[in-house]
Amino acid sequence: MQQTEAIASSPTQHLPLSQRAPFRAVQRALFYLMMVALALIFAGPLLWMLSTSLKTDPQVYTVPPIWIPNPIRLVNYPEALSSRPFEIYTYNTLRYALGAVAGALISNTLVAYGFARIRWPGRDIFFIICLSTMMIPFQVRMIPLYLTFKNLGWLNTYLPLIVPTFLGVNAYYTFLLRQFFLTIPSELSDAARVDGCTELGILIRIILPLAKPALAVIGLIQFMFAWDNYIGPLIYLNSEALYPIALGLQQFRTMFQEELMWPYMMAASTAATAPVIILYFFVQRTFVEGISITGLKG
Amino acid sequence: MSQQWTPAQTRSLLKGLAFISPWLVGFAGFVLYPIAASAYYSLTRYDVLRPARFIGLENYVELFVKDETFRTVLGNTVYLVVVGVPAGLVAAFLLASLLNRKMKLRPLFRTIFFLPVLVPAVASAEVWRWVYNTNYGVINSVIKSWGWAVIPFISSMELAKPSLILIHVWAQGTAIVIFLAALQDVPSSLMDAAEVDGANALQRFWHVTVPICTPAILFVMLTGMIGMFQYFTLGWLLTQGGPNESTEFFSLYLYRNAFQFFKMGYASAQAWILFIIILAFTLLIFRSSARWVYYAGESD
Repeated sequence: MQQTEAIASSPTQHLPLSQRAPFRAVQRALFYLMMVALALIFAGPLLWMLSTSLKTDPQVYTVPPIWIPNPIRLVNYPEALSSRPFEIYTYNTLRYALGAVAGALISNTLVAYGFARIRWPGRDIFFIICLSTMMIPFQVRMIPLYLTFKNLGWLNTYLPLIVPTFLGVNAYYTFLLRQFFLTIPSELSDAARVDGCTELGILIRIILPLAKPALAVIGLIQFMFAWDNYIGPLIYLNSEALYPIALGLQQFRTMFQEELMWPYMMAASTAATAPVIILYFFVQRTFVEGISITGLKG
Repeated sequence: MSQQWTPAQTRSLLKGLAFISPWLVGFAGFVLYPIAASAYYSLTRYDVLRPARFIGLENYVELFVKDETFRTVLGNTVYLVVVGVPAGLVAAFLLASLLNRKMKLRPLFRTIFFLPVLVPAVASAEVWRWVYNTNYGVINSVIKSWGWAVIPFISSMELAKPSLILIHVWAQGTAIVIFLAALQDVPSSLMDAAEVDGANALQRFWHVTVPICTPAILFVMLTGMIGMFQYFTLGWLLTQGGPNESTEFFSLYLYRNAFQFFKMGYASAQAWILFIIILAFTLLIFRSSARWVYYAGESD
């Protein structure tokens, strides 16, 4: 009785309901409950993919669904991946993705330097034109590009997917790098200029070493884009020997048909997804920082 | 006002142009020329085998007057943008706000909400085809075990578009990261002041947090809108435009016309209509943004 009185007269009594201790504890518990539920929903499809990829056939077709396969059938992976030349798809993807990464890094470094570190008449107008190209849908350029590449004899090669990256066509990367270059104090370049350093020398010796994080972000985004890109390879490549994973996965699908071989299909999908996720874990911090530099102060 | 043109300026101009020269070449060859060419092709009949034949505005007339599929396609695409973009944006903002609170295991939660955006579109299509499967997909399997009627997600005309939008809402990692960065800029002094003034959590969220994040919201809305008008891969792989044209979106129909029916002129006209629609929406959002976007640094 006395205790109740003590609590009743305690100072918390005067606080609004939402700030009293028991209420807050309940609130926190509900909050965590909601977070866990949301996390399970968001991770659900990926867990379902992984789970199915390790199942034996009868376990795939059960109602209600089984989440933890028993037995775990690891052999689904080699069986699925060897039914099509998955290693060639991977090699093709890497070949074209790395080419595109090199192109994006080299061209956008030069272009962004021209937009950020040299003052020249007309610069701002050119930069605005460059930025406004982000609004142009790919579909408007798609048909003439296809016809041009066809006339050049570039169809069924990786050139249509790589050459444009060497010409700084992606304004998003230019913008990102320019923003980063602007944050580097101009005194550094001025001092080098006084010492007789050329602009290219300043770019290579002073700016590039400082810009490594931004370059990493662009390289990574370009790599992931190339890994993910479907419509580009779909239009430009028609021989299976050149297919990247994006097109290769469809080959698996036509092979495994609907309904019949879900564990194989999910094994192939997991194999296509895993490298990107593993890469993400290695460079997570850089990646998240990079996305946040671009979207802000706009 | 007019400045003296000095040799130093000429030198700096040449230097600047030299550095941006890759882009100048790329812009001329891979942006400007294709745009001009597609404008020309849109006025022609062109099947690649025979030379393009000028037919004036006939393609446009056919699209707007005769082509009933095109009307459906327009409706489908506008639905996707008008429902899908806000749905993704609201989901991303709410998730980011939740992640912005102090909590245990925050990096883990952040990673889980971010992961879906990393899944390649082709893999994502297969995973969701399986998740949405009417007989043994994870959702319908549970529903069946309760003895309820299954949900025909992507195989029904009514649910196909919402099902695709749900996948879009699932993969909001990029927007979440952008919003998280913006939320960190919300000054705690402002939140405290609002609390002292008796604003409850919901009021603080709506009147302090949201306004401060409006520049980021504008950015996500614009890029989301431009991207959504070009929606292709998931629709192409998962529903192929069906059932009964209910997911035939702009880019799918355009691709079909160009690369399956080889109607390059007709497809170019569609591309230009898409371009103009995107420009109009961009302008609309920019115009309206003066009224709802708040810039903290704005004093003049």
